[in-house]
Amino acid sequence: MSKKTDVIEREDVVVRFAGDSGDGMQLTGTLFSDTSAFIGNDLSTFPDYPSEIRAPQGTIGGVSGFQVHFGHKQVNTPGDYADVLVAMNPAALKANSKWVKTGGTIIVDEDSFTDKFLKKAGYETNDPITEDKLDGYNVIKAPISTLTKESLKDVGLDPKSILRSKNMFALGMVYWLFSRPLKYTEQFFEKKFKNKPKVIEANKKVLEAGYHYAETVELLTPTYQISPAEIEKGTYRNIDGNKATAWGFIAAAEKANLKLFCGSYPITPASEILQELSTRRDFGVKTFQAEDEIAGICTALGASFAGSLAVTTTSGPGLALKSEAVGLAVMAELPLVIVDVQRGGPSTGLPTKPEQSDLLQALYGRNGESPVVVMAASTPSNCFKYAFKAAKISVEHMVPVILLTDGFIANGSQPWKIPSMSEYPDIKVPIVSKDEKNWMPYARDPQKLSRTWAIPGTPGFEHRIGGLEKDELKGSVSHDPQNHEKMVNLREEKVQKVKNYIPEQTVDGDEEGDLLVVGWGGTFGHLKTAVDELRKDGFNISLAHFNYIKPLPKNTGEVLSKFKQILVCELNKGQFADYLRMNFPKNEYLKYNKVQGQPFTTIEIKEHIKKLLEG
Amino acid sequence: MAENKNNTDNKLTAKDFKSDQEVRWCPGCGDHAIMAAIQKSLPEMGHPKENFTFISGIGCSSRFPYYMDTYGFHSIHGRAAAIASGTKTSNPELSVWQVTGDGDSLAIGGNHFIHTVRRNIDINIVIFNNEIYGLTKGQYSPTSKLGAKTKTSPYGTIENPFHPGELVIGSQGKFFARSVDNNIKLNQEIFLEAEKHKGTSVVEILQNCVIYNDKTHAVIADKKYKDERQIVLRHGEKMIFGSERNKGIVLDGLKLKVVEIGKDGYTEDDILVHDATEPNPGVHQMLANMRYPEYPVAVGVIRNVESGTYERKMEEQIKQVQEESEYKCVDDLLNSGSTWEVK
Repeated sequence: MSKKTDVIEREDVVVRFAGDSGDGMQLTGTLFSDTSAFIGNDLSTFPDYPSEIRAPQGTIGGVSGFQVHFGHKQVNTPGDYADVLVAMNPAALKANSKWVKTGGTIIVDEDSFTDKFLKKAGYETNDPITEDKLDGYNVIKAPISTLTKESLKDVGLDPKSILRSKNMFALGMVYWLFSRPLKYTEQFFEKKFKNKPKVIEANKKVLEAGYHYAETVELLTPTYQISPAEIEKGTYRNIDGNKATAWGFIAAAEKANLKLFCGSYPITPASEILQELSTRRDFGVKTFQAEDEIAGICTALGASFAGSLAVTTTSGPGLALKSEAVGLAVMAELPLVIVDVQRGGPSTGLPTKPEQSDLLQALYGRNGESPVVVMAASTPSNCFKYAFKAAKISVEHMVPVILLTDGFIANGSQPWKIPSMSEYPDIKVPIVSKDEKNWMPYARDPQKLSRTWAIPGTPGFEHRIGGLEKDELKGSVSHDPQNHEKMVNLREEKVQKVKNYIPEQTVDGDEEGDLLVVGWGGTFGHLKTAVDELRKDGFNISLAHFNYIKPLPKNTGEVLSKFKQILVCELNKGQFADYLRMNFPKNEYLKYNKVQGQPFTTIEIKEHIKKLLEG
Repeated sequence: MAENKNNTDNKLTAKDFKSDQEVRWCPGCGDHAIMAAIQKSLPEMGHPKENFTFISGIGCSSRFPYYMDTYGFHSIHGRAAAIASGTKTSNPELSVWQVTGDGDSLAIGGNHFIHTVRRNIDINIVIFNNEIYGLTKGQYSPTSKLGAKTKTSPYGTIENPFHPGELVIGSQGKFFARSVDNNIKLNQEIFLEAEKHKGTSVVEILQNCVIYNDKTHAVIADKKYKDERQIVLRHGEKMIFGSERNKGIVLDGLKLKVVEIGKDGYTEDDILVHDATEPNPGVHQMLANMRYPEYPVAVGVIRNVESGTYERKMEEQIKQVQEESEYKCVDDLLNSGSTWEVK
């Protein structure tokens, strides 16, 4: 191994931390990301963990990974392949070595490469490097466990706690490799373990030990230099999609001057929204952890009836359970936002893995003609904006809105330029005016076709709503055939009217060309990167990435019509492509689909497009 | 639309709560009498009319909100307890009433029922218990007596029924009352108590379905027998019943026992005094479970224990957290924690 340390300037680098699900890889990755953000890199992260809390130690099933992509330029994805892999045990190596760039750096804890753990990981020999064909790679075998124990022998912690901090040794090594300061992580220890000085000391010691080990032995070659990114001026923070979603609703409640109510039932990967909102009693948020998914949405709908800004949060299986109540919200014409953080399905499927296969469920998964507004966020940080907009549309149009995110953007994080709330529009609540005479519950605003909201406690506006078909004005029960048809049409038209209040569809690239790549939701980063790179290579392609799905932006047909070919890329079997075909049947839609519970890679998208265009 | 009436100045009457909708329950249905009792008792509760909110699920009883000139929400099968929970938690000032049936609340809505009671949200749940599915035309319900022959149990049911009182107490319920549909006076009394009680109040009304389960409660509800087969419980009063007021309930070992005053050495002093406010549910459970013919069936307020309510605790928690919070607005939140400047 070379002893010379080269410093290489790089535009961007991908690092993947992998270990047992108890090894603290999520924390390690998060701390590394935070430090990179603080020193000015743009970045994107992707936690990839098993659904078991502690799967059997040392097995492939129990491997938890955290990938971070950071760079000097704008970073849109967590990266396809890693420049550096940290593997805390053989299983982590086995599960992740295929995700390392050819010739990349792999750091392993050699202490964990015992016969027992090699066998558990499924290696047939005691030479995993040869077995995985990693000979051309820069493999660094460091005695991480031994050195962790050594550095903490005088601290007075029990052996179990000592060994638990070996992830900080690995982190220290990676910090040295990328010339990152330790101080942000040290500050984290001081805050997190405020009342445990021993633990602070131990963590700092191990982190420094890892850093110095890497420096002293100089065996990590080469080291990388990533300059701060050239990004817009402003104050930034890191944010993940679920927190951004929760905050978007709090912001909407402030703008609407309504109380925020969230009725929900915990479900992976959506629970963090409920958790964050429960913390926000300081903003008067009322969270109701219901007995099941159905009660989650029903309490929210009851709160909406009583005049709250009501939301419920879930994932695919939960949306299935909520569908009857979504229909009631359609019929009652009350505002309600339903967040579906999509995961792999059907049934329990792949709880912790991303997929986009709930689109048709969101659009159509209810009895009767039951239209709702459907939207999708496309990056971790724009979950804030789309949660805000979902709430705004829901309240102003008196209509249920389903907001789709997915496990990838919900758990992934990125730096976010903190907006000022003054940049956000007001939300005008269509509450009945107290002096209104001859008010009728289902009389409509002529532009939006929305009804007005008369909230219990308002004198003189006592009225009844419910799930039975409503008379078109009075809202009393009506079985009249003509009235029913009229109401079915009105509810659909009301949703379509939202078109007039959303932005037109934009195209990334030229407005006409050989190929329009179409995507929606959480695949934005990968599609954008692939299209940008191919455009640089001279391909005449553009990207139309959708956030508004029902209704589609007004100019959708026009956007689609200007390209020779349309390729719809989705993490499902082609649901959006079919939806577009239904709406604009004259175009031909090519599909590129992946259902592996994993995000796209930029490379596979590029290869597919190249093949398509070069024949 | 009702005319805009200043409710605080004018005394409300039962008529103020009647909506313009034609009441479509079958002639002779017990629901008519229950509605009359509710409409008569609402003006006595001291709330402005606009604060009353009636929420229901699906079933004959669940048509109730349409006939009331109050805020109302006729929702979906089994879910009224959850919707009412959201409404009350959102605005604790409202007087929230859930009107439901035995199928709606104890079959499809069983889960919401027990959890609502457990949380002790201050809503009033009135269960119209006719031991049958009426609106779907005559299938057995979770309260149908064992062996009941119905359209879906032509050879008799083979499952044990739920007893609402037992379920309420088992769910840590703090208020349970029972009555019979046609006893309008007692029902008014009970509804007033239910509204006064802070927490989930469950009122079971033994209701007659004249079409699909006629006279299911007649063995105790019929005027001819009711004094002998029902005991009206009132807090602080002795548990005496019978057309000649000569029978009473005593505690015999660990069980309740019916005795005749002046017989077998029992005097009036031996008869139990009803204490609805006793937190220990032991006696309440036994009273709620008394069945004819071994016992008279208990009607009136059986259990009425004060305890903190969910929605008030939430308000208090919010107040407390807000007092200690450093955030004044969303901008403060967005800029909290670790941030950095890009210059």
